[in-house]
Amino acid sequence: MLQARDLHLAYPDGPAVLDGLDLDVASGETVAVVGPSGCGKTSLLYLLCGLAAPNSGQVSLDGRAVTGPTTDIAILLQDYGLLPWKTVLANVALGLEIQGVPKAKREQRARRLLAELGLAGRERDLPARLSGGEQQRVAIARAFAHEPRVLLLDEPFSSLDALTRERLQLTLLTTWQTRRTPYVLVTHSLEEAVFLGGRILVLGGRPAGIAACLDNPGFPDPDYRAKPEFHALATQLRRLLAEGGA
Amino acid sequence: MKTALRYLAVILTLFLAWKAAASTLTGGVLPQPEAALEAFLRDLARWSYWGHVWASTRRVLWAMALAWGVGFPLGILMGSRRAVDAALAPFVILTYPVPKIVLLPVFLLLLGLGDAAKVSMIALILGYQVLVTTRDGARGVNPKYVDTVRSLGGGYGQVLRHVLLPAALPHGFTALRLNTGVSVAVLFFVESFATTQGLGYFIMDSWGRLDYPAMFSGIFGMSGLGVALYETVNALERRACRWRRERETAG
Repeated sequence: MLQARDLHLAYPDGPAVLDGLDLDVASGETVAVVGPSGCGKTSLLYLLCGLAAPNSGQVSLDGRAVTGPTTDIAILLQDYGLLPWKTVLANVALGLEIQGVPKAKREQRARRLLAELGLAGRERDLPARLSGGEQQRVAIARAFAHEPRVLLLDEPFSSLDALTRERLQLTLLTTWQTRRTPYVLVTHSLEEAVFLGGRILVLGGRPAGIAACLDNPGFPDPDYRAKPEFHALATQLRRLLAEGGA
Repeated sequence: MKTALRYLAVILTLFLAWKAAASTLTGGVLPQPEAALEAFLRDLARWSYWGHVWASTRRVLWAMALAWGVGFPLGILMGSRRAVDAALAPFVILTYPVPKIVLLPVFLLLLGLGDAAKVSMIALILGYQVLVTTRDGARGVNPKYVDTVRSLGGGYGQVLRHVLLPAALPHGFTALRLNTGVSVAVLFFVESFATTQGLGYFIMDSWGRLDYPAMFSGIFGMSGLGVALYETVNALERRACRWRRERETAG
């Protein structure tokens, strides 16, 4: 359903970042994107959600071109992007507010999502009162609030401690299992990519293109981390990236 | 309560220092603090004195409203729209170092001897501070917040409402608060011309009549006005910017 064709991107007066990248995300599918840092992973997500425009090539959702931000595609920015002057509830309801959903309705939906993510009772707090993991859950709730058709995640768990990170990875997996909202996850953690990506894309080269695409038959499995296949795939990924000269 | 105690301690210290100075200086130039205080209390019971207080308060409040009303929106616009900034920034940067107070005669010529010139003079000086600080505040907004609102389908209007306004508000208020002292100083200066109303006039008039206790009574009044303005803006700032304190305490 989400399709990118022949994406080229270069910074103004700078080097090319992406060079002819193709990507397909089928409905209900999950894709993890890994690659060396600075290879254009974040830029790719900005292109996919319409926050940035490619120099050439096209992104489309169900055949319709994506030319600007749309509520059908939600993006979770690195460091969450929660507005510090808005309460948790107002942050979650922000997308609905922008679309003009009446206050009572949007707050009701935001409350339900917060409860689903284990944040009931924190509605009136400001983001600064929350731990990193809680802030990330608020950001997830906000992304789901307007029921997007695709979710894009930019290094969503990278600034969390190991335990919280694993718990939230599981939260994302179970949320996907119930909602089946397809997502594209950009990460620098190979274990995270294996745990959360039904398909794993390896970006490489400068400017970057797709260096490899791996199927992940063990996905989805909450206990995947304990299995030898999990480690085998992570090791294979690590080797691929090392060969790529990263 | 704590603020009141702190103010009281400062007043007491100043009183003692003054007392010591008045007792050592001869010639009656510096009246005893009690005499000044007595004149102040006497004046507080007079309607005519309150007329001066009101005239000064009205001028400075109008000036603050005018400075905020122009400086704040313009600052946000310049800080967030590159084209507007490119057009206006050279004007601001070039005129910023000009001591605006020297334009007072021009203002008096153009706007007449009434309050319009006085209010405009204070507003111009204060407005520059609000404008420049707000512009920097709007510029320094984390681009991630803007991206967030845009990714949720918001245009410039929504970015303005959900990001730029709340982010720039503390900057605007800080400029207003830190410059209450400057505002009152300019107020004093403009009130020493072409008026018979206001605390500035009251001070200069008492000085001319060699009535030093009354002169100090006017100085007290103006200091009180400065403190009241500072605390009012401070209270407004705290109300509007709860999230900032929260972030500091959560650290």
